[in-house]
Amino acid sequence: MTTKHAIAILVNDQPGVLQRVSGLFGRRGFNIESITVGQSEEQGLSRMVIVTEGDDQTLEQIEKQLYKLIDVIKVVNLSSKPMVSRELALIKVKAEPAERPEIKSLADTFRAAVVDIGTRNMMIQVVGDTEKVDALLELLKPYGIQELSRTGVTAMTRGNAL
Amino acid sequence: MKPEVITGSEILLRSLLLEGVECVFGYPGGAVLYIYDALYGFSDFRHLLTRHEQGAIHAADGYARASGKVGVCIATSGPGATNLVTGIATAYMDSVPLVVITGNVIQSLIGTDAFQEADITGITMPITKHSYLVRDAKELPRIIHEAFHIANSGRKGPVLIDIPKDVSAATTLFEPAKTMNLRGYNPTVAPNRLQLDKVAAAIQEASRPVILAGGGVVYSGGHEELLQFAETTEIPVTTTLLGLGGFPSGNRLWMGMPGMHGTYTANNAIQQSDLLICIGARFDDRVTGKLDGFAPKAKIVHIDIDPAEIGKNIHTDIPVVGDVKTVLEQLNKLVKRADQADSWRDQIQQWKAEKPFKYKDSNDSLKPQWVIEMLNETTHGEAIVTTDVGQHQMWAAQYYKFNQPRSLITSGGLGTMGFGFPSAIGAQMAHPDRLVISINGDGGMQMCSQELAICAINKIPVKIVVINNQVLGMVRQWQELIYDNRYSHIDLSGSPDFVKLAEAYGVKGLRATNKEDAQEVWREALETPGPVLVEFVVDKQENVYPMVPQGSTIDQMLMGDCE
Ligand SMILES: Cc1ncc(C[n+]2csc(CCOP(=O)(O)OP(=O)(O)O)c2C)c(N)n1
Repeated sequence: MTTKHAIAILVNDQPGVLQRVSGLFGRRGFNIESITVGQSEEQGLSRMVIVTEGDDQTLEQIEKQLYKLIDVIKVVNLSSKPMVSRELALIKVKAEPAERPEIKSLADTFRAAVVDIGTRNMMIQVVGDTEKVDALLELLKPYGIQELSRTGVTAMTRGNAL
Repeated sequence: MKPEVITGSEILLRSLLLEGVECVFGYPGGAVLYIYDALYGFSDFRHLLTRHEQGAIHAADGYARASGKVGVCIATSGPGATNLVTGIATAYMDSVPLVVITGNVIQSLIGTDAFQEADITGITMPITKHSYLVRDAKELPRIIHEAFHIANSGRKGPVLIDIPKDVSAATTLFEPAKTMNLRGYNPTVAPNRLQLDKVAAAIQEASRPVILAGGGVVYSGGHEELLQFAETTEIPVTTTLLGLGGFPSGNRLWMGMPGMHGTYTANNAIQQSDLLICIGARFDDRVTGKLDGFAPKAKIVHIDIDPAEIGKNIHTDIPVVGDVKTVLEQLNKLVKRADQADSWRDQIQQWKAEKPFKYKDSNDSLKPQWVIEMLNETTHGEAIVTTDVGQHQMWAAQYYKFNQPRSLITSGGLGTMGFGFPSAIGAQMAHPDRLVISINGDGGMQMCSQELAICAINKIPVKIVVINNQVLGMVRQWQELIYDNRYSHIDLSGSPDFVKLAEAYGVKGLRATNKEDAQEVWREALETPGPVLVEFVVDKQENVYPMVPQGSTIDQMLMGDCE
């Protein structure tokens, strides 16, 4: 059964490491739905979070192949544990002055923020899990989405789970 | 050693020495001129100038496979580096330890499409175990130390070190590396004891067990442990192409090679087995044939140093991660004779007797199989044999009887034409006193024939065999059997006179077209010191049998002359 998985990868913060990881996915026919990279809690190490789709066997191969990369220090399949996952999206939506209060209240419902207002549009910033961002987008679509930028998922296990 | 301020290039050479390097193969150019300057008059290890970078890397590969040490080659940036790509991929596919040193343009020019710039670390990322772009001469000792460690531990493989010209020119304090910084690299050597118990139990339950052994046996140095394992359990053994020599071919338990051109016995044994113990082999499709249909009744044990190989192609019932030699050492303390397999052993002896490799000999023309048999007999199976890729490679695998590990050197995973001859040069450098025979087709010989020069100049006494069938034989065979005799572009008319070609380089050349001459010239070749090229002009129609057509299960063999 193919399902979505979020995988966290602790890597050496070396030039080319993103290329090694993403190249491995491409070459071996694994899919990348989103990929984020940034600092980790330890200097010299970065944490990548990759959202991918596949069955158990594919996931096992992904983990094993990742461990073959010398710069990969730890791989954790977050989806197999209780976790928190978040992404951020900036949404520029068409907004004539008359529509603004309506859009604002939509955003409020999702605890999203209006971060810019132009003469004919508004920019909304939303943070949440993928489903929440999808849901807000769905509601904003009828107004006309002019520009959309999503960060991809970053995630962490809850509490003491590792 | 007291610390000294020296150039990056000198640091490189000294670090190589500290790793025990005896010889390197290389080709100079602008980006490695500082390194070559440091090599001027340097005699602590040998440098062989090949005539093509591809020759250099295949020679380094042959050296590594023959010696078990790390092979080293050097090339310049851009075209020099890209000429190495085929050789790096060849070594990667067959898990051969290499340290590949390339020069690059100065750091400030990297990324500007400068003259002779190529992103060689980027280009080779999918075909190296690891790679480094050196940013500072201070890092060289650590990087070189790490590179050798990575190349020759765990699952072995090529490591590339790209050195910008300003780094090889820079001067700094040389302090030999004492530490490594490899947190993410901890190959599992010792196996899990519980898994070994499961293997031992499975052997007691099995009535049709088979051992499938691969290159991992040879690379780990576990051939004696394998012999003991097989002798104790009395389980029949088949060895893959890269595993040939890892088990003595004369042993009664040996069934020959499996797969596309494997024996009737090995293929049927695998298909009917109820326990398949795969040791240091990776279920390549040339071995398995059609995957769903491979060993359908067998419980699968897979022993491998690389966890990612386990379950990659074939579902595994008992995975064992570890170094093959270590695993077998420990397993040998636990296992007993497979007592339920007596009728199975009889069955296998019967197949072996009924269906050996066979060909129709002739007295009018030379048969390639006959030539290989002659090489085997005259050398008592004791030479180091390198092959190129094609029909002659399969005949060498079938008819030469390998009894020692590291005695067959051949490109298995990538199937690289042009590999056979230069790899023999490397093998001979590793074993100056042994007989090294390089068996090539007339096609592949023309892919690296320029290295005849380094044989002549350095008096490297390789006996170079060219099995000349005047065609790209293996392609001809597929066209005959699968493409309805449509012989598209396989005719090698216009090949050079190989005898004259050899002589043009100062290498003795000999030719034979019938059995009598063949024996005569081969004797002369063996008696002549130094390199000799011997061309055997053979029957062009000959095919390699048995053959499993792609997409079939391995017991669906075309038996041809083996019938
Ligand atoms: C570099 C490279 N190019 C193409 C091939 C495809 N190929 C495999 S076998 C073969 C024919 C080899 O002919 P020859 O060297 O004459 O050997 P023979 O099969 O006749 O023994 C070819 C073209 C290859 N393996 N490697």
